[in-house]
Amino acid sequence: MAQILNRDTALFHFLTRIGDSTLILGHRVSEWCGHSPMLEEDIALANTALDLIGHTRMWLGLAAEVEGKGRSADDLAFLRDSMDFTNLLLVEQPNGDFGQTMMRQLLFDAWHLPYLNALKSFPDPRVAGIAEKATKEVAYHVDRAADLVVRLGDGTHESHTRMQAALDELWPCVGEMFSTDEVDAMLAPDAPKPDRIRDAWDATILPTLARATLAVPATRFTRQGGKTGRHSEHLGHVLAQMQFLQRAYPGATW
Amino acid sequence: MYAQIVESTGKAVKTLNEMEGEERVFQERINAGGKIEPKDWMPDGYRKTMVRQISQHAHSEIVGQLPEGNWITRAPTLERKAILLAKVQDEAGHGLYLYCAAETLGISRDQMFDQLHSGKAKYSSIFNYPTLTWADIGAVGWLVDQAAIMNQVPLQRSSYGPYARAMVRICKEESFHQRQGFDIMMKMCEGTAAQKRMAQDALNRFWAPSLMMFGPPDADSVHSAQSMAWKIKMNSNDELRQKFVDAVVPQAEFLGLTIPDENLAWNDKKGGYDFTDPDWQEFMAVIHGNGPCNRERLAARVKAWDDGAWVRDGLNTHAAKKRKAAKPVAG
Repeated sequence: MAQILNRDTALFHFLTRIGDSTLILGHRVSEWCGHSPMLEEDIALANTALDLIGHTRMWLGLAAEVEGKGRSADDLAFLRDSMDFTNLLLVEQPNGDFGQTMMRQLLFDAWHLPYLNALKSFPDPRVAGIAEKATKEVAYHVDRAADLVVRLGDGTHESHTRMQAALDELWPCVGEMFSTDEVDAMLAPDAPKPDRIRDAWDATILPTLARATLAVPATRFTRQGGKTGRHSEHLGHVLAQMQFLQRAYPGATW
Repeated sequence: MYAQIVESTGKAVKTLNEMEGEERVFQERINAGGKIEPKDWMPDGYRKTMVRQISQHAHSEIVGQLPEGNWITRAPTLERKAILLAKVQDEAGHGLYLYCAAETLGISRDQMFDQLHSGKAKYSSIFNYPTLTWADIGAVGWLVDQAAIMNQVPLQRSSYGPYARAMVRICKEESFHQRQGFDIMMKMCEGTAAQKRMAQDALNRFWAPSLMMFGPPDADSVHSAQSMAWKIKMNSNDELRQKFVDAVVPQAEFLGLTIPDENLAWNDKKGGYDFTDPDWQEFMAVIHGNGPCNRERLAARVKAWDDGAWVRDGLNTHAAKKRKAAKPVAG
């Protein structure tokens, strides 16, 4: 991240940021397979994870192409260390209970969808094309996450308490989604500046939380660093698991 | 196979002449290749046997998510990860519509879960073996899904309509899974020495448990005659096991792997391979809860269910609130 930015390196960083976020969130969601509260959710969570891994293949594939150093999407996913991962801190947070997983999903989806919508008019058709494809799936992610957050927030006393706790826990990771740095500045106005997404995010989140009878946390504390490779301790463990085979058997074809 | 020991409650098989009334009509329809549908009359024994068969199959699908799900977060490439995720999702889907098929016989999904969680209901012994390396994911697809297909293709002709129809869709997806498993094995076998070693080790561990998937030897399979008369079992256990071995041996040769059986030999007279029976004592132990992973598998399912109680309660309570709000005020 420290090297001098030009338009191509900025595009590479921009693509890995979004690809890393979909990869790490997809990984987290996939941890639920076979362990969710009901069979329908096993299917739905696997489906969400599958969508996100699908997006990852496209974003990191394009990042590798733009970089032009002969790396593949798999090289980027499996052979970089945490300092080169630039996903949002939000997505690497542990699953916690089902409520925390769905709250994390909603907070991310409400950012993801307007961000992709804006990218549909990106001048490079490769970027616009991926955004176009991903938008359809992500629109459904938003609906599903919002629906579950409302029903659990406005369910029993216990489900309400758990959903509020999840929101309070994750809230400090929200601000990073809207932070804007030199990578974003270099690509503007082709790519939306993240701070421009906040209104659209609020327009989804605030009414949803109100319907869920949940209170917007008062804290103004914001955690940052994911976008520049400074992560929580959680990411190292995700990578240790995810990258095990590629690291243990270098050069093997799978 | 996914339903290995279905205790049929039917007594000795009656001939058509010994039957009268509804029972005779029922058996005549089966004999003519017709289907029994949920609202049709059926003997209690048939109903109970079908509930056992379908629910064992459904439980196998959802417990089967666990050994394969074990490698989703460690899949070696993004493509393999996506394929495995899709596969495990298919299995949950199979579980879902099999539970629905069983529900047509008058049992609820919650009741079936209770039976699974209490240890009363069985599921396929194969899922009580651990997946220790990535090659196991290949071996499960190659061997386990292939065994599943051999058992389930004939069950598309099961006399019970909802089960037969569920099997049509399941078989399509299983054959896709089997090809993916074989593809993993091919890559491993064409790969480095370490990969090939992993592949051979996976075959060594999964060979005998795969043979067990077809259930006990015919001589010990006491419930088969009635099930065959009812056309809910189409082939004998040994017949399907032989078919499986005959199919797998050339595949292993193609891969350059060795089947872990010194007695494996082609028998010209029977037109199939001779092979060593798996350890049936081990099979019975696994069926009765004492396999390598029985406790972990059941504990994982129970934990998922118990941890999810607040979610289900929350959703039900929300739905009740909405219903109450929607109810017109009495005038």
